[in-house]
Amino acid sequence: MDENLTVERSRVPLTKEDFVSDQMVKWCPGCGGHAILSSVANVFPKIGYKKENFCVVSGIGCSSRFPYYVNTYGFHGIHGRANAIATGVKIANPHLSVWIATGDGDSMAIGGNHFIHIIRRNVDLNILLFNNQIYGLTKGQYSPTTPMGSITKTSPQGTIEHPFNPGELVLGAQGTFFARVVDNNIKMMTDVMFEAARHDGTSVIEILENCVIFADKTHELITSKDLRDDHQLHLKNGEPMLFGKNKEKGIRLATAGLEIVKIGENGITENDILVHDQYSQDPGIHLMLAKMQPPAFPIALGVIRSAMFPTYDDMVEEQILNAKKSATIKSVDDLLNSGDTWEIK
Amino acid sequence: MTKKKNNVVEKDEVVVKFVGDSGDGMQLTGTLFSDAAAILGNDIATFPDYPAEIRAPHNTIAGVSGFQVHLGKIKIHTPGDLCDVLVAMNPASLKSNLKWAKPGANIIVDADVFEDKANEKAGYKSNPLTDGSLDNYNLIAAPITSMTKGALTELNVDPKTADKSKNMFALGIINFLFNRSLEQTFKFFEVKFKKKPVFINVNKTVLQAGYNYAETLEAIKTTFNVSAAKMEKGTYRNITGNLAVAWGLLAASERSGRPIFLGSYPITPATEILMELAKHKSLGAKVFQAEDEIAGICSAIGASFTGSLAVTTTSGPGLSLKSEAIGLAVITELPLVIVNVQRGGPSTGLPTKSEQSDLMQALFGRNGEAPVIVIAASTSVNCFYYAYEAAKLSMEHMTPVILLTEGCLGFGSELFKIPKVKDLPAINPPIAEANDKNFKPYRRNDKTLVRQWALPGTEGLRHRIGGLEKENIVGNVCTDPMNHQIMTDLRAEKVEKIADFIPNQELFGEKEGDLLVVGWGSTHGAIFSAVDELQKQGKKISQTHFNYIMPFPKNTDKIFKGFKKIIVCELNSGQLVNYLRMKFPQYQFTQYNKVQGLPFVVSELKEKFNQILKEK
Repeated sequence: MDENLTVERSRVPLTKEDFVSDQMVKWCPGCGGHAILSSVANVFPKIGYKKENFCVVSGIGCSSRFPYYVNTYGFHGIHGRANAIATGVKIANPHLSVWIATGDGDSMAIGGNHFIHIIRRNVDLNILLFNNQIYGLTKGQYSPTTPMGSITKTSPQGTIEHPFNPGELVLGAQGTFFARVVDNNIKMMTDVMFEAARHDGTSVIEILENCVIFADKTHELITSKDLRDDHQLHLKNGEPMLFGKNKEKGIRLATAGLEIVKIGENGITENDILVHDQYSQDPGIHLMLAKMQPPAFPIALGVIRSAMFPTYDDMVEEQILNAKKSATIKSVDDLLNSGDTWEIK
Repeated sequence: MTKKKNNVVEKDEVVVKFVGDSGDGMQLTGTLFSDAAAILGNDIATFPDYPAEIRAPHNTIAGVSGFQVHLGKIKIHTPGDLCDVLVAMNPASLKSNLKWAKPGANIIVDADVFEDKANEKAGYKSNPLTDGSLDNYNLIAAPITSMTKGALTELNVDPKTADKSKNMFALGIINFLFNRSLEQTFKFFEVKFKKKPVFINVNKTVLQAGYNYAETLEAIKTTFNVSAAKMEKGTYRNITGNLAVAWGLLAASERSGRPIFLGSYPITPATEILMELAKHKSLGAKVFQAEDEIAGICSAIGASFTGSLAVTTTSGPGLSLKSEAIGLAVITELPLVIVNVQRGGPSTGLPTKSEQSDLMQALFGRNGEAPVIVIAASTSVNCFYYAYEAAKLSMEHMTPVILLTEGCLGFGSELFKIPKVKDLPAINPPIAEANDKNFKPYRRNDKTLVRQWALPGTEGLRHRIGGLEKENIVGNVCTDPMNHQIMTDLRAEKVEKIADFIPNQELFGEKEGDLLVVGWGSTHGAIFSAVDELQKQGKKISQTHFNYIMPFPKNTDKIFKGFKKIIVCELNSGQLVNYLRMKFPQYQFTQYNKVQGLPFVVSELKEKFNQILKEK
């Protein structure tokens, strides 16, 4: 397994309890946040860094109460700015494992600018994007990911805005890691978080989260028991993209894009099915996968993209190291006395 | 040609102003002249004045760029009111600057470009060089364009290069006028154009040609000599305020052992600080050019949380964008230095002009009760010391500090006696120790009310802070009414207590008198010069100039007490004066204000002070 050498590892094995804070979790019963919290508490000891080396940063919204509920260093910021604050944390101290808890309002609307730029820079940290397609903390206004036509408190006649697909936004901003999970699959969420931690660069995990109060069953088309087999494609690197109750359906790359085919029909075999390559540098197929939406297609879950590119924080350190090697100015006294100076006796 | 003999007049001080189109190289010409003067031992102060446009339409008033330098054998406090020598490279620059020339001043122009069309474009109805309108000045109408071309014929350079080196011809004339050797400037060319030796030759040739031309010119009957000033012993350099801020912060980082992080976004007139710090990676400076002003300050807050000397630099509009985040630094009680190089406002306002109109915003421009330290630099040189002080107070007292400077300080330059970093005051941030059983995020030092700085990565100090109100000492989210009162009071008291750690307010002049002149920021030099002159006339007038505004020095009231009248002079509509009225209601403050994007001139201040002194 690759090790991220910049963060110091714990010498003693850690458990879930090491990361449980003493604060009362104040999310509504049934909120997807509980499952995310549980996954994080599962994965942090597994990642194996020292407890002190985790830092959780958030913005504003239901999602952003997250830092109070994890026993790490935590910073609860202001609306939309988690990505900017976390950028400063990581650049200033690259020896921290930085996690951002943010939502579809925080990162897609008020903090959209910081979201695309952190991704473009490829700062080595992990973004948990709680996407419940609604503003929960302000009680039910539509968000930039609310499906068009939705009736909400601020769209009594239905929204007339085209929603963002976070995956498209991430890949459009040259994202190096994008994964998608649903909040009722803790196993997959934990695995994906682990992969995000291993990835060097900005890892975005879109978590399709249910808001029981203001957008209940908003992801029903994906998560309901009847539909999930046909509407979820679980991606695994190196494996064919099969889905359906008996894995009888698959994704094939046709000239016009992706298409659904059935194994055994029209001479289709497993060999015709697209094999997932999450490490591909070219984001072409990753973008097609990220864009698939039910009911026409299953939604792609798991790690969609995990490509290696240099990280911003590594390059910062490298530039400083190089500058120090060749510098004639090694102290502020050197600096003050550099250039044109003269003495008066 | 035979060399003619000139009268040489000894001067204590002179003011020279270079003006031309914004592409004419006036900033460089002025800088070269003032640097050479400084190296020869003159005290100097400079004031660059240029438009927001990079290359505004040719030969228009809008496109005039200027650089003023005041040099002397005496201590120089301002870039000067009116100039003794005006170099005007085109009609538009003459038209807009003649009002700043003293009667009888030497006016040097490029006679080649005063053609009918250009004169008309500049707003002249006739040629000012020949219509007698300059009769009260000593006009030196030199055919600069054609002489420059002529000087370069043998070097075979392209017309564009020839045109661009005209400014060096003018500089040659000026050097002759001040009996200056060209050596220093030659040296500069050799360094600057090391990689393009052809330009060394071009510039040297043109500079020398200008000098030689002046030497043979009948129009120059008198030259000036400004001897070296009596300066304190030491090593000196020339420094602009923006450079001084950057270096002061680097010094504070080195002295405190806290790595410096700058999160910033380019904005006139503060960008030079960002560019300067970006150069110094060898000193460990981490400089992050953010996607906007908000990301600039928020990244700095993140860096501060991890233990960096965190800085964000900006100008007025940027400070507006940062307001919410400043509140976050207030409530999390993290150190943060916010440098605001003020410019004319509101909104985009006058980006390249100076103003003092962000004081109220610095003091109060946030939601909630959000006190921060506010300090203001008053000279280009003390930008170094106040940047250092801002960093020191911020880290030692765990609070944001707003450092106000101004465009004219940032761009202006002065002689800087180079200090040694070890002689600067020590900086001791309250960093929490690993595994401290007593650590609580909001446990405070009894005397200073300062909480500890617990850095992520430290064993045994895991904690959470953020923008929600926190329970006193413990640091959990808390909405209890009495707790909010306590925390609000503590945050305010902590900042007020800083008065115990800053120097007393100084007074220039007698402790008692008829008039006390109060100012802050860049106006120090102009007010000082005016007060000094009136004191010499026997008037009972004194000056006190504020660098620490929130909190005020403890002896402020005592100073006010000694005077019959107090006048507050500011380059805004009355911001400090209204703050003083609020803080010291027992005194009656009068005010003198100017909001023109220009500094005070000494004469207008003297006139105002005299008028007040006469009033019963």
